[in-house]
Amino acid sequence: MRKLSRESWINSVLVLLLALAPLCASLLDEPYYVSLASRVVIIAMAAVGLNLALGFGGLISFGHAAFFGLGGYVAGVAAYHAFDGSYFIGGIPGSDQMPVIWLVAVLVAGLAAAFIGVISLRTQGVYFIMITLAFAQMIYYFAISFPTYGGEDGLSIYVRNSLFSLDTSDPLIFFGICFFSLMLSIFFTRRLMGSRFGAALTMARLNEVRLATSGVEPFPIRLTAFVLSAMITSGAGALFADLNGFVSPSMLSWHHSGELMVIVILGGVGRLFGPVAGAVVFVLLETFIGGFTQHWQFFLGLILLSVVLFANGGLIGLLAGRSRHD
Amino acid sequence: MMLEVSQIETYYGPSQALFGVDLSVAAGELVALMGRNGMGKSTTIRSICRLTPAKRGHIVFDGQDLTGLRSFQAARSGIGLVPEGRRCFASLTVYENLVATARSGAWDYAKVVSLFPRLGERAGQMADTLSGGEQQMLAIGRALMTNPKLLILDEATEGLAPVIRQEIWSAIRRLKGEGQSLLVVDKTLSELLPLADSCVILEKGRSVWTGRPAALTNDLRDQYLGV
Repeated sequence: MRKLSRESWINSVLVLLLALAPLCASLLDEPYYVSLASRVVIIAMAAVGLNLALGFGGLISFGHAAFFGLGGYVAGVAAYHAFDGSYFIGGIPGSDQMPVIWLVAVLVAGLAAAFIGVISLRTQGVYFIMITLAFAQMIYYFAISFPTYGGEDGLSIYVRNSLFSLDTSDPLIFFGICFFSLMLSIFFTRRLMGSRFGAALTMARLNEVRLATSGVEPFPIRLTAFVLSAMITSGAGALFADLNGFVSPSMLSWHHSGELMVIVILGGVGRLFGPVAGAVVFVLLETFIGGFTQHWQFFLGLILLSVVLFANGGLIGLLAGRSRHD
Repeated sequence: MMLEVSQIETYYGPSQALFGVDLSVAAGELVALMGRNGMGKSTTIRSICRLTPAKRGHIVFDGQDLTGLRSFQAARSGIGLVPEGRRCFASLTVYENLVATARSGAWDYAKVVSLFPRLGERAGQMADTLSGGEQQMLAIGRALMTNPKLLILDEATEGLAPVIRQEIWSAIRRLKGEGQSLLVVDKTLSELLPLADSCVILEKGRSVWTGRPAALTNDLRDQYLGV
């Protein structure tokens, strides 16, 4: 039998704790903590999406909140039309079915990412960061100026969307849906990075000129990674809207893009479970230190600084050592 | 001719590096590109591969004018490059380095491993854990996996231990024996010249002599290749 690496052990413990925490909370009749675990899992999934672009592809996107928010708005708008029986742009009915919403969310985000990527991926470095930020801000201001869907006030989802015959209003069942989605996104990322495409993406990150001299154009590889990354993040956005029963332009704001970057860096850039570790620490700090002081970000900043300065490979790197992609 | 380079002039920014280089490689031929350091050998290779495109002159490969093509398109047309300095992808395994950019053809993983058995033994190892010689084998293997019509080797044996150098030269001999077209830059003339079908000498960015290795006199060597 193949021996598990140290990182695999750490990842397994992390996943086990994440799965057991809401079960314990549910047994102790603490639904708040079940929802908190769902929040961790959803944010981790959004960061898994960003990690594909940022960590594995070296694409420092500062606009991933756009895809997170688009996923959220697809869920919100679909639920809004399903609730009052009206139609979207004249003839498209709403839906309260999660599979339909997820499919539309990933398609919408995928199309948006393809458009943004075709333009932004022609640049590099700080220009790429700024262009992705600019596109995200454009979508943010578009959402604010659209009164039909709540404008600045946002849009409420009155009844949580459905998944087959499951009772999605049960916090534990909803957590299970989110947890399954997170595991699926990590499994997908792992398979992708283990494929020839993944190796080519790593090559494009390490040295695109060398890749080009092998006859492979780096641009379509990067674009595909960017689009897939956006699709994962938008799926998380749709779940986030359902978790909160609410979607607002704040989901699209640059603060959110920054938070996702912080989570990826905190957990470990390019580490498969780095976003999960980052999301756990981020949400726990926000919840528990945020309960004592408004300035909880100060402590987050200290931790982030320590991780960046002293832990090559984020929290996962600190515990597991150098990765093969460091 | 498989490759026909005529009067190319190449610049790095405002600085002109090539002032008129001519060379040609026929199918199945090994051409030695020679000259002292800084005479334009690597720039000529970069121009052929469209990494530093020539501003003037023409490069025709396999009947196709490479002018206007991008480097990946030039590579796709059948030019394989083993760049100077053993350039592998350090954080990928040997196997990933080989298969990620492979194209179908006579050269596949099994054939590359038969040429360099060490690569097969270290298939799961990260490229940065290989010795210098093994990294060079990997760089050649990676280029072969793209099944190039023309393989360009830029200083492939530089800085390697003599025993490894011999392995690389025997691989080059095997490639030549199989009819692979080669353009080789190397300072080990005692190994290179017996294999070469023709030689091109560069001096200050110009091709100053082209001929068969047997015609390369000691005077020419002293004039253009001596230190």
